[in-house]
Amino acid sequence: MARAVTSRRKAINTAAAWTVGLLIFFPILWTILTSFKTEAQAIADPPIFLGFDWTLENYRVVQERSDYMSFLWNSVIIAGGSTLLGVLIAVPAAWSMAFVPSKRTKDILLWMLSTKMLPAVGVLYPIYLICIELGLLDSRAALVVILMLINLPIIVWMLYTYFREIPGEILEASRMDGAGLKEEILHVLTPMAIPGIASTILLNFILAWNEAFWTLNLTAANAAPLTAFIASYSSPEGLFYAKLSAASTMAIAPILILGWFSQKQLVRGLTFGAVK
Amino acid sequence: MRLKRVLGATTALTLCSAAAFAQDTTITIATVNNGDMVRMQGYTDEFTAQTGIGVEWVTLEENVLRQRVTTDITTRGGQFDIMTIGMYETPIWGANGWLVPLDDLSDEYDVNDILPAMRDGLSHEGTLYAAPFYGESSMIMYRTDLMEEAGLEMPDAPTWQFIREAAAAMDNDEEDINGICLRGKAGWGEGGAFITVTANSFGARWFDENWDPQFDQPEWAEAVTFFKTLMDDYGPAGYATNGFNENLSLFQQGKCGMWIDATVAASFVTNPEDSTVADHVGFALAPNSEGVEKRANWLWAWALAIPAGTQQQDAAKQFIEWATSKDYIELVAENEGWANVPPGARTSLYETAEYQEVPFAQKTLDSINAADPTDPTVEPVPYVGIQFVAIPEFAGIASQVSQEFSAAYAGQQTVEEALEKAQAITVEEMEAAGY
Amino acid sequence: MATQHSRSAARMMMAPAVVLLLGWMLVPLIMTLWFSFRRYLPLRGGDLGSAGFDNFVRFVTSSAFWPSVQTTLIMVGGVLVITIVLGVLLSLLLDQPMWGQGVVRILVIAPFFVMPTVSALVWKNMFMDPTNGLLAHLWQFFGAEPVAWLSSVPLTSIIMIVSWQWLPFATLILLTAVQSLDGEQLEASEMDGASPLARFFYIILPHLSRAITIVVLIQTIFLLSIFAEIFVTTGGAFGTRTLTYLIYQRVLESQNVGLGSAGGVYAIILANIVAIFLMRIVGKNLDK
Repeated sequence: MARAVTSRRKAINTAAAWTVGLLIFFPILWTILTSFKTEAQAIADPPIFLGFDWTLENYRVVQERSDYMSFLWNSVIIAGGSTLLGVLIAVPAAWSMAFVPSKRTKDILLWMLSTKMLPAVGVLYPIYLICIELGLLDSRAALVVILMLINLPIIVWMLYTYFREIPGEILEASRMDGAGLKEEILHVLTPMAIPGIASTILLNFILAWNEAFWTLNLTAANAAPLTAFIASYSSPEGLFYAKLSAASTMAIAPILILGWFSQKQLVRGLTFGAVK
Repeated sequence: MRLKRVLGATTALTLCSAAAFAQDTTITIATVNNGDMVRMQGYTDEFTAQTGIGVEWVTLEENVLRQRVTTDITTRGGQFDIMTIGMYETPIWGANGWLVPLDDLSDEYDVNDILPAMRDGLSHEGTLYAAPFYGESSMIMYRTDLMEEAGLEMPDAPTWQFIREAAAAMDNDEEDINGICLRGKAGWGEGGAFITVTANSFGARWFDENWDPQFDQPEWAEAVTFFKTLMDDYGPAGYATNGFNENLSLFQQGKCGMWIDATVAASFVTNPEDSTVADHVGFALAPNSEGVEKRANWLWAWALAIPAGTQQQDAAKQFIEWATSKDYIELVAENEGWANVPPGARTSLYETAEYQEVPFAQKTLDSINAADPTDPTVEPVPYVGIQFVAIPEFAGIASQVSQEFSAAYAGQQTVEEALEKAQAITVEEMEAAGY
Repeated sequence: MATQHSRSAARMMMAPAVVLLLGWMLVPLIMTLWFSFRRYLPLRGGDLGSAGFDNFVRFVTSSAFWPSVQTTLIMVGGVLVITIVLGVLLSLLLDQPMWGQGVVRILVIAPFFVMPTVSALVWKNMFMDPTNGLLAHLWQFFGAEPVAWLSSVPLTSIIMIVSWQWLPFATLILLTAVQSLDGEQLEASEMDGASPLARFFYIILPHLSRAITIVVLIQTIFLLSIFAEIFVTTGGAFGTRTLTYLIYQRVLESQNVGLGSAGGVYAIILANIVAIFLMRIVGKNLDK
């Protein structure tokens, strides 16, 4: 009896959740579908959902006009570099905040977060001038550093919340065994913290990948990532829905696939210490 | 065959100079993602083959491009060897000494062949600072079939009053046809440009001789009110967010009876590959209000300029000579047909027999000739420029003013309120700028 | 238990992050402050001398200032309310037993991966366009007049777009919190005859308060600096000009770096007011 009820409820839940899920996903699905249409079919009235002549023409045109791989490669380097550098700097900081907290720890943490609120456009000229001074315009290095600094507060914050979940007794036990600071971090903490670090890397990789102000304003031909790639398709002359869709699909596909494969880590990564 | 000859000739010409350059010279060009520029990118290989100079393209959407190149030029960032800029930027930047003067172009290039209006607009005190890749004015594009159905005939030089009558006659809700499509989108280069030329054709002006803003004058109220009622009655839904691109695709889909916009659009709406109405498009001069001598003609060119301080000045100049040359025009004509060559830059183009057969050629030239940036309005003004005012403060002011107008088109405020705010914004900004 | 030794070691370890962020904050901040007292007009030749407090006075007295603060708060507040309300409901739904839970979760988080520029472009052109947009076709299908989204309900439209991007984030955090809910407690209250509504308000919601705090904190930080969504859709017209966008207009459109920098200083002050406000709640809620 009870089982039948559960099963019916499960069916209702399933139907509801799938409806909502598909609704949320629909804009992305529609973009992907449109990217395989001709320009005329893309604006057909009434809209065509599946019964169109699938074509790869838009992808060919986009690829012919811009070298997708070089944009992609820059995105990977910039997003990956800034994330790894950020984690390297943040791990020690987060560790000390979590295990040797002082009265000011929380203040420092919140202050760090508040640096994220600086409006980027307000400091465009200063940063641009500094980059000229250092010869770093249109270089991946400048973007790696800047995006690292932008995301560092989030990285520290996330790592801090993971490290705090590691029970202090384990540390004390290892200290009793005479382990030094280095061993403590390397052999005791790191293995326990790896899932948290992985999630942090993932989330910040996504944030850096999608950053569109600095990546657009500080690059030209050499360091331009996918955000600049999109800026050349955003409103050209004439019909452009299908080509825009193809370019959009190409820009979001890598991160979408990465995100889906590492969904579990990401979900865990987003707890921000909200769950005990 | 002909292409080969042309190529051969240019190759021979440039070969000796090319030899002087290191083979691995590469220039970086910032450009806008308009059709003609994208086409130019496709021919880059020809240029590299001729000269051995490599080309890196940074293609951006217009607004992004503008912010990108302005930041770079004002800070001497040196990111680009060639920048694609317009008629608004060129004289201001040239006056500041930020651009390399183009006063030593080769004889083959024939600088005197550039249309006088374009040359004047891209010069400062007689020195050319940017070479026009293509130029445009504004004109009326209309559906000949719908016009006939409506029993009307488009004069060569209609008035706004006729335009309103024709829009009423062609508007057809059942078939989803709007009588007229015009730009209402915020932005100084979008709806801002359009309402400014409309205002000119109603006898209004931005500033009087003492640089006092004129939005409190009756001509402005008349022009903006006329525009808004015309579009409310016969324009497409949501026209307050429509710019050039939105209207282009509406027209190509056959949803507009008339469209007044850039002359370059003529080749897009008559191209059967993209346009469903390619065979039924007629052209006429931009309108004026009855009894006003100025028409709603603007003048604009997308031009190539070299920022001062680039290391690749010679290579950059070579590229500019190539891209804005007669040979380039022939190259495109050979491969894509005469209708698709970059228009509005050279006199010789309009003297070419093949080009004269293109349906919109003569009207484009007439429209360009009807526009005079040094005398844009009925009353005298202290500025140069038709749909813009060539002072550094203008872009900022006009983008805010056009936002107020767009808000009025969308029904968020009345035309009177929009004009009051426009006046207040402009007074405030001009005072701050020290006028 | 921390010894003196580990304390100083701890400081050493924190040093790089703190110094870097301090530099990142101070260098631009000092330069912004410097510019804000100058008549710095790049198109007129650069730095034209001291401006005193002119820039500060002009920025606040401009007719655009207060509406932009208001727009900023409405936009941030609107997105927060929508994402949290929908996020709570969605997370409760996703927590229920169902078939294909993993796939549904993938569908729900997908918008989070989409670049803001791309999502703004897709929504603007392919959905909200009054002629060719999918929503217009949908409206027509039901015999209604298509809505010109971005000109008749511009702020709502942008809030919708941004909420779509941030709903996955809120949902995921809330979902992890929901999953840690004590099942026995819920069952016990069910036995006691508590209505579902009562259970929601007395057990579930208090349990989620901490997660909600995190969502508010993190999202506010990102939402205050929203730019691409406005730039692509309305360009700041129709009352969608936020403080960030106003500064953009001053710096890049008007090319008045001094005035824009003064705006930047105000934005930093506003951000810090919000931050202090948030820290109060967060501080309280995080200590639980």
